[in-house]
Amino acid sequence: MIVMIDYDAGNTCSVMNALDRLEADYILSSDPAEIQSADKVIFPGVGHAGAAMEALKRKGLVDVIKGLKQPVLGICVGMQLMVEQSEEGDTNCLGVVPGVVKRFEHSEDHNVPHIGWNTTMKKSDDPLFENIEDQSYFYYVHSYYMPENEYCIASSHYDVTFAAAIRKDNFWGIQFHAEKSSKLGAQLISNFLKIND
Amino acid sequence: MLTKRIIPCLDIKNGRTVKGVNFVNLRDAGDPVELAKKYAEVGADELVLLDISATIEERETIYELVKRVGAQVDIPFTVGGGIASVEKVAHILRNGADKVSVNSAVVYRPILAKEISDEFGAQCLVVAIDARQVDGEWLVHTHGGSKPTELKLFDWAEEMQSKGAGEILFTSMDHDGTKAGFACEALAMMNERLTIPVIASGGAGSMDHFVDVFTKGKADAGLAASVFHFDEIGLSELKGYLRQKNIEVRI
Repeated sequence: MIVMIDYDAGNTCSVMNALDRLEADYILSSDPAEIQSADKVIFPGVGHAGAAMEALKRKGLVDVIKGLKQPVLGICVGMQLMVEQSEEGDTNCLGVVPGVVKRFEHSEDHNVPHIGWNTTMKKSDDPLFENIEDQSYFYYVHSYYMPENEYCIASSHYDVTFAAAIRKDNFWGIQFHAEKSSKLGAQLISNFLKIND
Repeated sequence: MLTKRIIPCLDIKNGRTVKGVNFVNLRDAGDPVELAKKYAEVGADELVLLDISATIEERETIYELVKRVGAQVDIPFTVGGGIASVEKVAHILRNGADKVSVNSAVVYRPILAKEISDEFGAQCLVVAIDARQVDGEWLVHTHGGSKPTELKLFDWAEEMQSKGAGEILFTSMDHDGTKAGFACEALAMMNERLTIPVIASGGAGSMDHFVDVFTKGKADAGLAASVFHFDEIGLSELKGYLRQKNIEVRI
């Protein structure tokens, strides 16, 4: 069973729509036991990192997520919450991946938020990017980013090079919105659903 | 590299797409979901659904439509038209839209922009501004551009940015419907003043107008309705043309 973590993340509905289009069997849940017994966990996220962490604390899910052993896919803020800290509201995050999330600085040719379709460079042969070519376009919308690090499996560039996708052990994260990235986004989600099967 | 976005806008009335020029001689153009899917398939980067329904009863149909578009369309879409409360925004986002656009309502109550941004994040708030030049000054207009206000365009855009807008959708009423090109000078000035992305609207008539809006106008995205609806410009053809002109687009 695939479980999507229910903590009122802004893109919950969009991710559900994407899963429905793939005819995936999933449930939406904030119940620790259900999340812990899932085959795979999807961790959505849009909005403010601080507010998102508060919502996870309220629902008693911080330690639950940190302790997960099955494949977990964090999307956008879901990925950003995996690090130790975010500059957004100076938020202490889950810390399953080392690092700090920073804010983009505005420059003449780089408005913030970073919104739109950007090329995404594969950094390793991870199953998440199977059948997805290097330099493919995915849809991004964010003001904060994770700098490139050793867990980076794909990167993108917007004034600075940043982590487009990461993997540490069973935790995967994507900065872009696969659920809104047309056919390649669907391919990526479908790849995640096939991991370990 | 981040690509420039091409955004078709669908005018919605009572749950159906309508086509017309400047909201005049509207005729039914079918199911918005089918049109949205078609645009997504030929390379639209995002979509805007603008509800131009006149009555409250007609406007209620937008929720069902948002749900259907969200289920079937796999690119981001924004919903605008008659949005004046945080509750309505919540309802539209929960039904599957990615962003909302607000226009007249924030002119009357600017704090609404902050309320929406605080509640749902800047990324889902597009502030739409209709303006035209009056005695050499760009002034904001409401109600589809029919009612003038005292607000100066660039100051207003800055204020909306400071209240938490994630993007500005600027329509030049002087250019809208003319098919003579976008308001590139004003757009470039707006980009100069703001730090958030600007979506340009009003005046698209040829593929070169899109080249201009991205080069001279410095816009992040170009929005148009009739040139796409009446097949005057094909989306994939446009993107090929832009790429030839060294403008980064998603193909």
